[in-house]
Amino acid sequence: MLVLAFDTATPAVTAAVHDGTRVLAESTTIDARRHGELLAPAIETVLREAGVTVHDVTAVVAGAGPGPYTGLRVGLITARALSTTLGVPAYGICTLDAIAYAADVPGPFTVITDARRKELFWATYADGSTRLDGPRVDKPADVPAQGTVVGARLYLDGVTGPEHPSAGSLAALAAVELARLSPEEAAAAAKLPEGRIDSVEAAQNRAILGPPVPIYLRRPDAQIPGAPKKVTA
Amino acid sequence: MADEPIVLGIETSCDETGVGIVRGHTLLADTIASSMDEHARFGGVVPEVASRAHLDAMAPTVDSALAKAGLKFSDIDAIAVTAGPGLAGALLVGVAAAKAYSVGLGVPLYGVNHLAAHVAVDQLEHGPLPEPCMALLVSGGHSSLLLVPDVTREVISLGSTVDDAAGEAFDKVARVLGLPFPGGPHIDRAAREGRGDAIPFPRGKVDDGTLDFSFSGLKTAVARYVEKQGDSVSVSDVAASFQEAVVDVLTRKALQACRAHGVEDLLIGGGVAANSRLRALAQERCDAAGVRLRVPRPGLCTDNGAMVAALGSNLVAAGAAPSLLDIPADSSMPITTVSV
Repeated sequence: MLVLAFDTATPAVTAAVHDGTRVLAESTTIDARRHGELLAPAIETVLREAGVTVHDVTAVVAGAGPGPYTGLRVGLITARALSTTLGVPAYGICTLDAIAYAADVPGPFTVITDARRKELFWATYADGSTRLDGPRVDKPADVPAQGTVVGARLYLDGVTGPEHPSAGSLAALAAVELARLSPEEAAAAAKLPEGRIDSVEAAQNRAILGPPVPIYLRRPDAQIPGAPKKVTA
Repeated sequence: MADEPIVLGIETSCDETGVGIVRGHTLLADTIASSMDEHARFGGVVPEVASRAHLDAMAPTVDSALAKAGLKFSDIDAIAVTAGPGLAGALLVGVAAAKAYSVGLGVPLYGVNHLAAHVAVDQLEHGPLPEPCMALLVSGGHSSLLLVPDVTREVISLGSTVDDAAGEAFDKVARVLGLPFPGGPHIDRAAREGRGDAIPFPRGKVDDGTLDFSFSGLKTAVARYVEKQGDSVSVSDVAASFQEAVVDVLTRKALQACRAHGVEDLLIGGGVAANSRLRALAQERCDAAGVRLRVPRPGLCTDNGAMVAALGSNLVAAGAAPSLLDIPADSSMPITTVSV
């Protein structure tokens, strides 16, 4: 097994290579505005540092968000394109799940990331790999935080643990799941749904290892226009 | 020639997910997935809707282009992608995909300028570009006059719109007339039943000595006229007279540019180049002026991946340095930057 994992759903652009037992190489850069510039070079770097080529990769894993959409899509489209060119499956894992897996705090606990517009993406966990509720998006005052709060240092007091996801944890979580699933189950987990599945319910019902489908949680901002403005008095 | 490089081109600057494949300048496949239907009810392209659609359409569109060309991924020698100008979030999906295809296939990447690609595409139909040539690019996002000494290296902007793009004016006037979005084809159709000289709509900036355009005043003049006429308005006469005002200015300035720079070949591209009256009037005026006119077929005028592949092919042939993997998507890329 050789897992190439990356996440672009937060200000961190992170990539890692994992051989099923341990992380062979990892790179993380914090820059909320340059996901598109940073990801592909980071992938080349971690492959080189791991002493492997892209053709050795057996599975690609991307953080599926939730996260600001423009950056989030960079990771997901990269996973889908690599998957078709390399002929290996691409998976998506909820970015909050990857943070939870790395958190190392007693449950129950809450993971938050920046949703912009003065809101937070959040999910609650019984332990590092059991999500209780979420992912959802809410104003900070409406987040039903349980136990320790992990993740973005924003709005809530006493936030601890990893501030951003790490691709190493994302890859490790994927490796655990891939080892647990039968080949048929793993293939089914990678299968992209027909049509666009972007409901909040679909996001909450995701298994840990799923297809590389974005978790948006909000509809596009667009107003259906009324009648044209009058130009004569 | 069978040994010319095979280039796969990706275009996502607006609402079309376009993938084209060329061998040299022979078109092998040109596949489009459009999110236009999702935008129609909003009366214009919604950037986030377009970006979401690009993510879903990209890999299937690449797969169907390969199938149509009868090729495998391993046959591709280079990837070209629109790096700008366009909608930032939409461009980024294409650029990120192109980088991943480049890494996955181990082939060079060429990030190219969308407007230069609109010029380069004509080679797929009409052979090598005359050097120099004049290009009039008119679409929902752009209205530009470009002097093109060498499409791989040097494109010079002579003029562009100071307000609305020509295609944008078509969309806005269509809305005033109660015609659906996108307005271009509907106005073209309605205009065939009307008289282009029925209403003397203003020709913005026509004699101002520049090669710039302005369509905002025209749009307002149409809206005023329609409101004043009320229910008795003739949609076909308004459509024809509006269309005549737009194409009159476009063709007049394009030929002024040819004369001023001693250029004997005019190329028209962009979505508005599909307009039947623009094609007819441009032909008439080019014939009178002794200028050769080149207009690709409508499918190659609107945004597509083949145009990106065509320019990529020029860059490969010219021995241009490939793009680095850290190139940005540049929503306001200037036309002076042909490739990045």
